[in-house]
Amino acid sequence: MPLNLKPNFAEPGKRYFRAYTPGDDFYEALIETHRDLSDEQSALVNAKLVLLLSNHIGDLSVLREAMQIARQDV
Amino acid sequence: MLSTYQYPKYDYVQPPEQKSGERKRHPVVVVGAGPVGLAAAIDLAQSGVPVVVLDDDDTVSVGSRGVCYAKRALEILDRIGAGDACVAKGVSWNVGRTFFREEEVYNFNLLPQPDHKRPGMVNLQQYYLEEFEVRRAQQLPKLDLRFRNKVVSVTSTAEGATLQVETPDGAYTIEADWLVVADGARSGIRKMMNLEIEGKVFTDRFLIADVVMKAEFPAERWFWFDPPFHPGHSVLLHRQADNVWRIDFQLGWQADPEEEKKPEKVIPRIKAMLGDEREFELEWVSVYTFQCRRMNDFRHGRLLFVGDVAHQVSPFGARGANSGIQDADNLGWKLKLVLDGLAPERLLDSYSEERIFAADENLLNSTRSTDFITPKSKASLTFRNAVLTLARDHAFARTLVNSGRLSVPCFLTKSRLNTPDTDAFAGDMIPGAPMDDAPLQEDGQDCWLLDRVGNRFMALVYVESAAAVDAAMTQAASTLAAAPIPVEVVLLAPTAGPPPAGLRVLEDVAGRFAERYDARPGTVYLLRPDQHVAGRWRAFDTARIEAALARATCNAQ
Repeated sequence: MPLNLKPNFAEPGKRYFRAYTPGDDFYEALIETHRDLSDEQSALVNAKLVLLLSNHIGDLSVLREAMQIARQDV
Repeated sequence: MLSTYQYPKYDYVQPPEQKSGERKRHPVVVVGAGPVGLAAAIDLAQSGVPVVVLDDDDTVSVGSRGVCYAKRALEILDRIGAGDACVAKGVSWNVGRTFFREEEVYNFNLLPQPDHKRPGMVNLQQYYLEEFEVRRAQQLPKLDLRFRNKVVSVTSTAEGATLQVETPDGAYTIEADWLVVADGARSGIRKMMNLEIEGKVFTDRFLIADVVMKAEFPAERWFWFDPPFHPGHSVLLHRQADNVWRIDFQLGWQADPEEEKKPEKVIPRIKAMLGDEREFELEWVSVYTFQCRRMNDFRHGRLLFVGDVAHQVSPFGARGANSGIQDADNLGWKLKLVLDGLAPERLLDSYSEERIFAADENLLNSTRSTDFITPKSKASLTFRNAVLTLARDHAFARTLVNSGRLSVPCFLTKSRLNTPDTDAFAGDMIPGAPMDDAPLQEDGQDCWLLDRVGNRFMALVYVESAAAVDAAMTQAASTLAAAPIPVEVVLLAPTAGPPPAGLRVLEDVAGRFAERYDARPGTVYLLRPDQHVAGRWRAFDTARIEAALARATCNAQ
């Protein structure tokens, strides 16, 4: 399966009336994860997040595609 | 003071009870003639409740305040007779564009569906809205609008409230069975009652510049993150009536508000944005900060709090005045039923519960927008800019771009006034939903669903053909219409045909009602006076309608 670049956030069992809500729920949780951390601590948390999620995805072809997009224009 | 607008000056008339020295008790007194207090007063007065409105001023809102009036607020203004004036004067729009540095990264359409009477949003200076509401209020014989009547003290009892009021002729006392408090964010009444409003202040400052200019920009909302003409901050552009454009510059917390307001400081900012050649005139400049907070309860005995006095949000999303007008919409019919002795006082607790549920949704969305627009940490800023960078090419990131989630009505899913579904339905018109509009015909004339419902309980019955309605339903309809709280039964049919005696028929000419409400022959929707769904079924059953009505009015045992 190729890397999914379409909106894909949802929480099982939750009903959404506005298309932006699941993405906003995710984004708030993400920012909240970094609350009160120093820049260095945040960088470490991000690194751990990437590793955790990468393992969950598992498929190296998908991960390589994501890595390539992430590096573009940086 | 403004080049495009002349503030009206309303006449002060000495209140009759001050003249006579006789103390008078009124069923409802509203404090504050802003957009929300006026909406509440008009709604009550047009339903037959005598209302006194007290306002300390004798004109409308001064300067640049609310701008964006959302579809739902316009529908409520339609119901209270002020919608057409607002839409005619205002600038209708649906499309918003978001730019990051020099590029557009995302755009949205507030109303992707066709066939709604009102647009997603109308931009209109707040003073026009208030002027149109005052005009409507002055048409209503039951509405006594008193300018230059300043409330200086309030005493609340189990049976009502007593107010001391100052006018140019001195002080007088007025009593009310119910007090609707609509005196705004810096409410005097809330302070006099020592009621708390809790939340947080955001440490950022924003500059508002209203400029008059002729510009060919489309009627769209434009939002910039980190643009070259205002690096590191955000900028928002809105078109208002009379060729007035609202520009909102994020300044940061360190900015000196007095310094930033000076024309020699403001004009270069605007020139950097618009280019040196464009001619414009400064109409209004102010610097603001904002808070996100709400009261713990919107009802305190006989005091009912509506609008900014009860809840304040960040301006990103236009959820302030819009939600206040929805407070008025929610309150009016409940207060009338209680005043008429047709519902217990606890129906007014449901006002507080439902509008707190909505306020929390507004606070959540506007706080999220604020956090995206003004990141509070380096990590947050990095994520924000990563989203904006990815948004150009990737759909998933576009849904995360948050330059303001614009005001939409709340689905009151948790309300105890709802009768939960027992039959299967698709779509969003669940119990507690604010109604979707649909184009219809009645007696061969085009009309809109939302113009045909509201102000009373109604049961919409979808039938294959009006001719197929039997005598039993006609009988049931007259029973429901004759009840203490009447329910008007109205038929909806794909094609009209001759209506049975005494029943109205709305024709679903475009099939939008069937589509949006997942209606099939037999489908029944019970609608509240504020155009929300109370319950729905796949077959007409008088007993179920009566039970749902009792539940929606807190009359259920």
